[in-house]
Amino acid sequence: MKGYRHAASGILVPLAALAFWQMLSTMGWVNATILPSPMAVLLKWWSYLRPLEVFDPAQGSYLKWCFTGELIQDAIGSLYRVLVGFTIGSGLALPLGLAMGYSRVAYGLFNPLVQVLRPIPPIAYIPLSILWFGLGNPPAVFLISIGAFFPVLMNTVAGVQNVDSIYLRVGRNLGASRLTQFTRIILPAATPYIFTGARIGMGTAFIVVIVSEMIAVNNGLGYRILEAREYLWSDKIIAGMFTIGLLGLGIDTLMSRLSSHLLKWHRGLEQG
Amino acid sequence: MSDAASHISIQGVHKVFESGGQEVHALKAIDLEIPQGQFVCLLGPSGCGKSTLLNAVAGFSLATAGTITVNGTAITEPGPDRGMVFQEYALFPWMTVEQNVAFGLEIKGLEEAAIEAKVAELLAMLSLTDFRKRFPKDLSGGMRQRVAIARVLALDSPIMLMDEPFGALDALTRRNLQDELLRIWTELKKTILFVTHSIEEALYLADRTVVMTYRPGTVKRDLLVDLERPRDVASPAFNTLKKELSQLLMEEQSRHNQAEIRGAAVD
Repeated sequence: MKGYRHAASGILVPLAALAFWQMLSTMGWVNATILPSPMAVLLKWWSYLRPLEVFDPAQGSYLKWCFTGELIQDAIGSLYRVLVGFTIGSGLALPLGLAMGYSRVAYGLFNPLVQVLRPIPPIAYIPLSILWFGLGNPPAVFLISIGAFFPVLMNTVAGVQNVDSIYLRVGRNLGASRLTQFTRIILPAATPYIFTGARIGMGTAFIVVIVSEMIAVNNGLGYRILEAREYLWSDKIIAGMFTIGLLGLGIDTLMSRLSSHLLKWHRGLEQG
Repeated sequence: MSDAASHISIQGVHKVFESGGQEVHALKAIDLEIPQGQFVCLLGPSGCGKSTLLNAVAGFSLATAGTITVNGTAITEPGPDRGMVFQEYALFPWMTVEQNVAFGLEIKGLEEAAIEAKVAELLAMLSLTDFRKRFPKDLSGGMRQRVAIARVLALDSPIMLMDEPFGALDALTRRNLQDELLRIWTELKKTILFVTHSIEEALYLADRTVVMTYRPGTVKRDLLVDLERPRDVASPAFNTLKKELSQLLMEEQSRHNQAEIRGAAVD
């Protein structure tokens, strides 16, 4: 009962915003090229989503045909870049972060460079990325991996450094070797931080993929909304933007589900 | 094990550490000989160095001077021959109850079947069998401390070190666990070094109670508690001892208070 009421109140403001938007268009207060009506956006969204060709069994299965729509292809392109870039970025950040958190020597060696590079927004790497990797997927993936790298790195370092020393005392008392201490105590104790870093890194990756698609490639959601601007298709721009928003929300929900499943031992998740 | 005369031998132990630019003499000339199987309580006000002494025996922080030996071997580092139970439980929150208990056995490199059997036995001994799949966050304080005790018992260490293990528990749970501990101790014949600031707890549990002084920590009174078990906390004999120890402890407590007031005046 309480849940329903909660859901109902949650939908109130979006509905009001939608009604206001529709009113602006219906009353003719705004130019349709500048702000199309919600209905126009919805229709455009559908035509963007559905396959362009009629179904032809000679071309392959029905399921395959369903995925030939432009929007689906763009979403797949963007997701592919995000996943590859995120995997490379976090894959490099994780071992470095563990080393920096665990060893003072490694921290002393790497931290100065990290602190200098960290504030540079991934977008500032765009010129270099094109110079180094040309056009296409490689510069986009490069930028995304930089975007994912630093959040994962910083959180991993913090996670390892903040392991409660009592756990290490218990480990020594039980006779754990340094390796066992690391794999069985430090690593699991740091996972809540690492997952937080991964979630932030994924968010950054999602921002960067849109920007990188605007400059380096010719498909993907970022490319599509920029292309739509060239033709003044504001309905398509808005449809693309909502797609990006929903996809981002979906990924974040997935990651938070995954982390609360894997961290069901963690006290903080219950309270938060 | 054969030489039961002095299992843990503490000789001329001093511990000095620095705190806020000042040298603190935490332990001074401590001599204690603890035979195999004795239940010893270290009793004193906070700041008397009882936990410092326990940590020195555990090997977490070595003595500045003097020697501590176990069965004739000097202590240089922590080890599973001296299992420790902490006041704050210190269970690994990412492990279930049974995984926590099994951890020490896995480190020892036991076979899986042997680990399983041992864990099952310990969980039964501490009435934890129904909770074996739970995570520590889903357990009460008393349950957590049972798990911590089982984890140390798994090591099969001849010595158990306990640092105010029941300090955070309510009175009923506390008495309950004290009885469990006595049962286990009678069954397994371990040497127990138990830190507490509760006179009643010391008298209820120990064969021998060592009262320590406030800084520098020295042995103020080494008392053999010669009472029949199970002990009756309401009996005249118990209360005579309690009164005596209270008197000793009050003296140290007031020295502690004066030191704090002096400290505050300097600040």
